[in-house]
Amino acid sequence: MKNTLTIAWKETKTYFASPMAYIIMAVYAGLAAYYFVTSISGVLPEATVRGYLIPSTLIFALLSPVITMRLLAEEQKLGTLELLMTAPIRDYEIVLGKFLAALASLVSILIPTVYLVFLLFLFGTPDAGPILSGYLGLVLFGMATLSVGLFASSLSANQILSAVVAMGILLILSVIDLASTYVSGVFSELALQVSLTNHFQDFARGVIDTHHVVFYLIFTAFLLFLTVRSLESRRWR
Amino acid sequence: MIEVNNLTKYYGDYPAIEGVSFTVNKGEILGFLGPNAAGKTTTMRILTGFMPPTSGSAKVAGFDVVDNSLEARRHIGYLPETVPLYTEMTVEDYLDFLGNIRGMEKGWRKRRIEEVIDITRLHDYRSSLIGKLSKGFRQRVGIAQAILHEPDVLIMDEPTIGIDPIQVVETRSLIKGLGGEHTLILSTHILPEVSMVCDRVIIIHEGQVVAIDTPENLSERLRGTERIELDVRGPAAQVMTALRNVSGVREVTRTGEGDVASYYIESNTGAEVAEEIAGLVIGHGWGLLRLQPIHMSLEEIFLRLTDPESS
Repeated sequence: MKNTLTIAWKETKTYFASPMAYIIMAVYAGLAAYYFVTSISGVLPEATVRGYLIPSTLIFALLSPVITMRLLAEEQKLGTLELLMTAPIRDYEIVLGKFLAALASLVSILIPTVYLVFLLFLFGTPDAGPILSGYLGLVLFGMATLSVGLFASSLSANQILSAVVAMGILLILSVIDLASTYVSGVFSELALQVSLTNHFQDFARGVIDTHHVVFYLIFTAFLLFLTVRSLESRRWR
Repeated sequence: MIEVNNLTKYYGDYPAIEGVSFTVNKGEILGFLGPNAAGKTTTMRILTGFMPPTSGSAKVAGFDVVDNSLEARRHIGYLPETVPLYTEMTVEDYLDFLGNIRGMEKGWRKRRIEEVIDITRLHDYRSSLIGKLSKGFRQRVGIAQAILHEPDVLIMDEPTIGIDPIQVVETRSLIKGLGGEHTLILSTHILPEVSMVCDRVIIIHEGQVVAIDTPENLSERLRGTERIELDVRGPAAQVMTALRNVSGVREVTRTGEGDVASYYIESNTGAEVAEEIAGLVIGHGWGLLRLQPIHMSLEEIFLRLTDPESS
């Protein structure tokens, strides 16, 4: 555990020392504010954050890989992976540390949007429940996207490649629920179940269903497990 | 301190090393010599726990590198061939991070960081970003991280590659200074380095150990022919003929024209021709300017051992 935190802390410091952190934060804040304003400017405005939470899933599918792309790819490029893998620490501690750092980065880009929530409370009477559940869902969704990104980053020393692979996987997993209407039976159900965005809908409505929580947690754990195996496989090459 | 037993590693069907065995005693500096792709890096990577062997076993400080990998790794300092550095960190942060993941307590870490900065003379660069350092300084940072946690065993893969000659000399004396306290394995394909730094040499070729001995013994043992360099003032053609007629002399070659010429004489082992040649030159009234027995350099031994045609 101590090793995991050491690695997480180092990665977090590195992340916030780079301009990337602030660019990503600005991009997300800008998009969230844009969706927020358009959603409350209608004829019958609702005091909710759904306006930017729903599109956030797609934004995360694109931003998460940018956060995770360097985490393991760069270690391979610099040769420092050999240093970590010959240090007296376990492979899963490396992966977990990296993941925690990525999660901290992702949570940090949500922080500016608290201002939007503040505005809602200032000018309206929003229901706090859906806001909290929505943010919880977004963090869980974010964890799933980061785990895909981290796995992609373990595959090669090429950061761009890892980002593109992760974006591809995430975009497919985000839109696959649309396919459920065109196929039937098991395949239809499967398309709905593996869709990352489909599991998010209830959170945005204010419902915390354990089924969805468990889905995101298991999805994340499975991809982190694959990442550990992918690192281990370097030992056998 | 290090026991390697019948180590074999296959990459697919290709054997990187086959049946490599050796031991290294405490405080010894062992040189790992071999051409590129001989299996040096593979052996080191197995010892450091980076990858497991296909078969065979290795123990470092009494711990099996596969079954007890984490414990073995605690006792090893490792400098891979490409120095593993986080270019966006400062020297001090980098060392602190590595001390941390090697489980060094804060007090010990702080003290050791000062010490290794001292040893590698990085004082002026402790707060510099590693990415801004020159290659020689990066190498020093690499050595600093390897010795940081006071490991019993140090493994260095080509530690003097790619740095300028002055830094090479510094690095060598630094490494030599580390022997005694640490047990050291270093790989190289720079031959003089081995005789300068190492107590013992392993020559490895195509994944197999070809020879293990001290640099001196290797020279001695493999000196198949004795050579003499000779500078003589005299009629070149006659000198050549006379030299060729000395019994035991196999070949004479001449360089230089005119009055004074150099001759390079190869003779059979044990023929002891030097004395006779000296007498011969003096007897003819030629001027004996220089007579020098040439010892076979490690370079030649190395080439001979690893050259399939001569073995």
